[in-house]
Amino acid sequence: MIESRKRSFLYGARDMLPMLVGAVPFGILFGALATAAGLSFYATMAMSLFVFAGSSQFVAATLIGQGVGVAVIVMTTFFVNLRHALYSASLGPYFKGLPQKWLLPLGFFLTDESYAVVIKRFTESSDIQSPDGESPAGSVRHWYCLGASLAMYVNWQICTAIGIVAGNSLENLSEWGLEFAMVVTFIGIVVPLIDRMPMLVAAVVAIAVALLARDMVHNLGLIVASVAGVTAGFVAEVVYERKYPETAES
Amino acid sequence: MIFLMMVVTFGVRYPVLALIGRYDLPRPVVRALRFVPVAVLSALSAPMVLIQNSEWHLSFANAQLIASVVAILIAWKSRNLLLTIVSGMIVFTLMRLAGAT
Repeated sequence: MIESRKRSFLYGARDMLPMLVGAVPFGILFGALATAAGLSFYATMAMSLFVFAGSSQFVAATLIGQGVGVAVIVMTTFFVNLRHALYSASLGPYFKGLPQKWLLPLGFFLTDESYAVVIKRFTESSDIQSPDGESPAGSVRHWYCLGASLAMYVNWQICTAIGIVAGNSLENLSEWGLEFAMVVTFIGIVVPLIDRMPMLVAAVVAIAVALLARDMVHNLGLIVASVAGVTAGFVAEVVYERKYPETAES
Repeated sequence: MIFLMMVVTFGVRYPVLALIGRYDLPRPVVRALRFVPVAVLSALSAPMVLIQNSEWHLSFANAQLIASVVAILIAWKSRNLLLTIVSGMIVFTLMRLAGAT
């Protein structure tokens, strides 16, 4: 049992490796941006250690640089991270019956990247011990999630620290466009997930609404677009299955 | 401020996770939730690529747009995450070096 927990944990960390590559430039950029915006070394590290939410940290650093007040920054953080509630809702059923001492860390360490890796693995196979599949299906899947999350966490702290140092020694580091690393990471996650028409509908509607609603305050457009995409995908699936009953899943 | 940011971030991550584990979700909800990753990540990325300084940036000189198209094609053909990230960043960097924005 201990052996299978350990293996599950290591598989989680291993599956995160491509994500870590994509997160490196983004973490470095955050460190550089935050210090350029006037945050101290410790304040920047504290944000990565305790908030641990890349895109909201990024937005917060930008707002601090513009001299925006604390209330607005905290509120924006809330809305930018609101999508995590959707992630939690989608992972929740897999962690049914786990004690609080597990749900607390799994909640704290949840990120876009670890969520994407974990949900992919959970939906692909009920037995995360594959390929050799020794342990009972799913009984150690929380260890998999923890392994993925902690790999992301450690990587993020190191990259933040590098970014703080590099930002002080390299000029214009914040203008290299390192944030694009996040976009290609998300492309690498999303494209393989689009395996049927309803998924494509969800993506197209989410993108269209996100572009139309981009000027909504506090990044609320992201939430509106996400909900619109999920709804459109679901409706498309219902319609699609009515039209082609043989594609329906049991 | 950092403390408050931590509170709100944890506040959106944890409670749903804690509550949902206690109930059986209705099947339609579970089915709808399968669209979450695709919808959220698409909505997050598209404006970063297509909008610059709050204006549309549709042009062959948009390094992010060209690199994204290349990355989408590679992701579609290879389904390899690492290859997608690395080649997307290479195209992006080359275009930036060539003077694209």
